[in-house]
Amino acid sequence: MTTAITARFKLDYQAFHLDVDLSLPNSGITVLFGESGSGKTTFLRCIAGLERAPQAYLEVNQQVWQDSTSGLFLPTYRRALGYVFQDAQLFPHLTVADNLAFGLKRIKNNVGTTDLKTVVELLGIGALLKRLPERLSGGERQRVAIARALVLNPDILLMDEPLASLDAKRKQEIMPFLKRLHQELTIPMLYVTHDQQEVAQLADTLIILSNGEVQAFGAIEEMQNRVDISLAQERDAATVWQATIAEHESNYHLTRVDFLGGSISLPTIAANIGTPLRIQIYARDVSITLEPSMASSILNVLAATITDITDDNQGRSSISLQIGNQTLLAHITHKSAVLLKLQLGMKVYAQIKGISILN
Amino acid sequence: MLSTADINTLILTFKVAGLATILMLLIGTPLAWWLARTHSAWKGFINTIVSLPLVLPPTVLGFYLLILMGPTGIVGKITTSLGLGTLPFTFSGLVVASVLYSMPFVVQPLQSVFSTIAEQCLEAAATLRAGPIDSFFHVVVPMAKSGFLTASILGFAHTVGEFGIVLMVGGNIPDKTRVVSVQIYNHVEAQEYTEAHWLAGGLVLFSFIILLSLYTALKVQPLTHQLK
Repeated sequence: MTTAITARFKLDYQAFHLDVDLSLPNSGITVLFGESGSGKTTFLRCIAGLERAPQAYLEVNQQVWQDSTSGLFLPTYRRALGYVFQDAQLFPHLTVADNLAFGLKRIKNNVGTTDLKTVVELLGIGALLKRLPERLSGGERQRVAIARALVLNPDILLMDEPLASLDAKRKQEIMPFLKRLHQELTIPMLYVTHDQQEVAQLADTLIILSNGEVQAFGAIEEMQNRVDISLAQERDAATVWQATIAEHESNYHLTRVDFLGGSISLPTIAANIGTPLRIQIYARDVSITLEPSMASSILNVLAATITDITDDNQGRSSISLQIGNQTLLAHITHKSAVLLKLQLGMKVYAQIKGISILN
Repeated sequence: MLSTADINTLILTFKVAGLATILMLLIGTPLAWWLARTHSAWKGFINTIVSLPLVLPPTVLGFYLLILMGPTGIVGKITTSLGLGTLPFTFSGLVVASVLYSMPFVVQPLQSVFSTIAEQCLEAAATLRAGPIDSFFHVVVPMAKSGFLTASILGFAHTVGEFGIVLMVGGNIPDKTRVVSVQIYNHVEAQEYTEAHWLAGGLVLFSFIILLSLYTALKVQPLTHQLK
């Protein structure tokens, strides 16, 4: 992964501290995940220069934005960034079009700005341009806010829980747009959330923050299967696989998809063979057997090797499984783990009860 | 009808009030901005000083200004050494006194509208490449438009209506410091009730129109809310 951003921040408040040292990739979505108070928003604000960490070094695209050893601190308005706030923060006295133009006007000679038309189209806000923010729904406001940040063609797009203030329905309304940005733009994005679903749907790289420190950091595929981190312990813990459509079994209304290390069947997917997919398997939907049970109704049974076991001391075990080149996370009861005498390195079979498709 | 002398006092009054309003906006805007955003321990103290003219009898303020700006006062000595002479009983003295006296009517509406502008709104402006001054003029000022209107109108109207401080600091010098409120007093003293009626009635009408336009056309919050 090519580094675009080097970020070192050390900050000590009375009730809170932040101490991170990260190199972030220059493409895709990096999700900062953590509970409230874990420091994820503070970290984002430090990158934007909205917060000034006393000890800091920040470099974005070979440009130093902050260096506490030399006292360099580029103010926010001099940093080539886009920032999306939790509650949009559109200017109430300006129409959508003028909100979009606000930043554009302030960029010298507009070189390298993303075409306004493209962005408007990408976020589907063409019909809203003449409206004032008070006449937009929460979801529309957030789309305008994202567009307003994007038209500046920033070196990095920072998003601070952009969906957190929206209800479930509005979230679903915005998610497709975020996925489109992900597919069509090359701007690296740093996305703060405490929502597992958003991690699963958007993350390429994941940073887990806890008490102001990095608990884990890596590509999403590796991260989701590490049982030692809080993400794997959550009730909604899940694994995301990259897969491609391999075959349609039309007589069974099924589609076979291949992933690194095997293939599984899903209800028919209306897409051509070879189409890439992101599939999600909840850890609670994975059970373990010692024999490849022939007498089961479960279709997807895969040979696996146990690579890690963690108990949460509340009756649940998280099992990390190796399947081909992929890993898979399973949540089973501690009792089952004991009765099956599960151990590291053991050959077992993973039965997958449910799979969801993310795109 | 209005005599030439009456018309002259009206012109003088509007000159004083206009100039005082401009000065109050220039001084009051940064002051109100600071008061609305600061967490400084001085905030309460400065707020008190600015609001003092609301509760003090104008004659008290006038009396101290007279002493301060007089030949033996600190301000008087400074203005004399600058070759400006002393300020009492001059047009400039009248303007200075008016600025101090009407300042709360400019600062408080501004302060209350500024405090409704979220810090995040300014942060959003900064992430869109607007520096602090740029943000102030292109985000804060348009968002605080109603506050600026209220402040200007109240500051102007209150200066037009003052009497006690004008008499103490300005005196009653025709064409120099004799403003309309003093002229009404002169007419009443001289039992010229018809002339007093014309001027007094005119002021009632003036004030009525100003408040009516504030509360209806501009939909500004009633003054009692703003002075909380």
